[in-house]
Amino acid sequence: MATLAHPVTVEEREPRVAGGPPASPPQQGDRGGSRGPGFTPADRLRRYRIGLAVGLTPVLMLFVSFTSAYIVRQGLSDDWRSIALPPILWMNTVILLVSSFTAEKARRTAVRDEGPGGLWLGITLILGLGFLAGQWIAWKQLAAQGIFIASNPSSSFFYLLTASHGLHLLGGVLALGYAAAASRLHRPPETRRIVVDIAAWYWHFMDLLWLYILALLFLAQ
Amino acid sequence: MSEAHAEAAVHAHAAPTGFIRKYIFSLDHKVIGIQYYFLALVAVFVGMFLSLLMRIHLVWPTAHLPLVGEIKPETYLTLLTMHGTIMVFFVLTTAPQSGFGNYVLPIQIGAPDMAFPVLNMLSFWTTFLSFVIMLAAFFVEGGAPLHGWTGYAPLSAIPSAGPGQTLGADLWIISIAVFCAASLMGALNFITTTLDLRARGMSLMRLPLTCWSWFITAILGLLAFGVLAAAGILLLLDRNVGTSFFVPGGLVMTGIPVKHQGGSPLLWQHLFWFFGHPEVYIAILPGMGVASQILSTFSRKPIFGYRAMVYAMLSIGLLGFVVWGHHMFMSGMSPYSAFAFSVMTMAIGVPSAIKTFNWLGTIWRGRVRFYTPMLFAIGFVSLFVSGGLSGPFLAQPQLDINLHDTYFVVAHFHLIMGVAAIFGIFAGTYYWFPKMFGRMMNERLGQAHFWLTFIGTYAIFMPMHYLGIAGHPRRYSQLTEIKFLEPLMSLQEFITIAALITIGAQIIFVINLFWSMFKGPKASVNPWEATTLEWTVPSPPPHDNFGGRVPVVRHGPYEYAVPGATRDFVMQDEEQPVQMHS
Repeated sequence: MATLAHPVTVEEREPRVAGGPPASPPQQGDRGGSRGPGFTPADRLRRYRIGLAVGLTPVLMLFVSFTSAYIVRQGLSDDWRSIALPPILWMNTVILLVSSFTAEKARRTAVRDEGPGGLWLGITLILGLGFLAGQWIAWKQLAAQGIFIASNPSSSFFYLLTASHGLHLLGGVLALGYAAAASRLHRPPETRRIVVDIAAWYWHFMDLLWLYILALLFLAQ
Repeated sequence: MSEAHAEAAVHAHAAPTGFIRKYIFSLDHKVIGIQYYFLALVAVFVGMFLSLLMRIHLVWPTAHLPLVGEIKPETYLTLLTMHGTIMVFFVLTTAPQSGFGNYVLPIQIGAPDMAFPVLNMLSFWTTFLSFVIMLAAFFVEGGAPLHGWTGYAPLSAIPSAGPGQTLGADLWIISIAVFCAASLMGALNFITTTLDLRARGMSLMRLPLTCWSWFITAILGLLAFGVLAAAGILLLLDRNVGTSFFVPGGLVMTGIPVKHQGGSPLLWQHLFWFFGHPEVYIAILPGMGVASQILSTFSRKPIFGYRAMVYAMLSIGLLGFVVWGHHMFMSGMSPYSAFAFSVMTMAIGVPSAIKTFNWLGTIWRGRVRFYTPMLFAIGFVSLFVSGGLSGPFLAQPQLDINLHDTYFVVAHFHLIMGVAAIFGIFAGTYYWFPKMFGRMMNERLGQAHFWLTFIGTYAIFMPMHYLGIAGHPRRYSQLTEIKFLEPLMSLQEFITIAALITIGAQIIFVINLFWSMFKGPKASVNPWEATTLEWTVPSPPPHDNFGGRVPVVRHGPYEYAVPGATRDFVMQDEEQPVQMHS
């Protein structure tokens, strides 16, 4: 097969267009590919935010699946005995809500470039670890009552949901830790800004997810 | 995940120099695409070998076979399980989407790479790890699992249920869960890349249909794999921790009462098929994209009804999420739900018919060039129609209850999801090989490969419809010595011989592939005279795809036979080849 690289001669005829608007130079301002792939810090931040929004979808689907299993399993069987939720969960919830506030502080400081925001980052990290420790205590309290994961379907779901959420939150803790250590690791400040921004949004999502799980566990009692 | 993102932050990564950075842990989407392709190539031969063992055993049950010896019923189920799993996940999901999608998508939209190159590398190596775990199931005590690729509970949930149900089944579930993670990383990358990295002027309605198909497939994967992962986690807990999500009470396994109580095997089926049905479209949609691209290019005509094609793919994707119940008509579901699932399933016939009509409309009165990619694209359409037409039969609960456990279903899904998708892969291989490896494949070998495979495929799967209607049950390890099946055993033998010949014919493909890679004639920039952006760059493309150039798109993707141009095609980025009326 030969390559065709002849120049195209031009005639004054309107091109027949297969799919799509007629040939025209791209306009500034109209979205959808008219911008071109950009690599400025703002472009990269936007790209990571899109990536995060897309990436949270399967996390949502995971918990949607657990929820449907929860409803089906509870509705179909006669062996469901609800467990009493450990009261420490309420304290954990407050800790997580406050941490979302501090995470937002850290995010805004970083994105607006008003300083390192390391303090807010540190507080969020400590609160996050505090939440995880609180969840661990809740498990210990249940175990002390002889309620383990296989004891009853309701306890199975309690451990499943809290552990899945805890693991996801741990991912957020690691990301925040990376952001806090970014300057020591000689990462460019731009990268640090992106990590803080993405981690904070992720953190808010985990916060909302926890409220949802708590409601689910509470309403089933 | 955020760390991976952060690593990928420096986007315009320099061209690597060392062997390991260049070919093993490469960040280049082109290398990663080829890695995926070869992973699928290895997997397809493993899967084909397993199917061959099954076919031979079915008609010559006493034959001693290599590696497995005499096949016991449980060995047969193991072969069945691993054949299905390896083919669905590591071939049909891996090659068309992750392989070609990775290689071609960024170039077609005018991007230097994927949005998150490190994540991209990670998703390939996670897939590789998943494949290794899957193969490891063969070599552990008890061997690979026998619960089928659908892993139905409680068989899959109880380790004492069979020889492969101990460690083998655990490895199977873990492998699938790891695969889910890999696919989700890939889907994230595809979607972000398509949304955010398109060249200037590449509006959504100027995207090549291949890009649309990869984009929609990625969305399906994004929504489906999380559900499969959830189901896998619950199954692992049932098996190893003693929970009862899927295991009902009062079960006695090999004489021993099982301790579980109250679980629902149907719950597994719902979760599995909520993933499983979209998975069918994950396998076939990229093939639709490739077929559209090739049919238009080799007919030298614009694609017939571009927008209709896009909307048809979108609606197939959407409907694919509300029809999972048609896999479960046998489960004793309420006739009312069965009716709803049935109606929605048959509704998928509408966009499918639109696509077929438009493909035929594209070829109609075209100046068709019958090169190998075109033959395989036409073969794709043929198989899509033949396999699709048995769909409306199975979509009706009354008929499905009779046909569900017979070879009719085997014929249906192999034609439409198996071989049609494989034809899409072949079409893509012959079409993009010159771009990927800078050399042309041998045309004569390609044509021979096509005709043998095309006729062989029909010889294998068409008779299965009759076998199914006559009552040949699927999943049985032995059909001889059953009185009422005897009259059609000669047809089973015919199928096995056809399978032997068809699989043998694939050697032609492998020889062509590797010979052409090193000895084929050098390919030019645009050997097929196609219009999309990958044909504007050298074969193979440089590290950053466009050699520092920033492409600007000015035309739709299939501008063939444009009146007024001296050439019969207009490249997407050509500058004002034809002046507009003022």
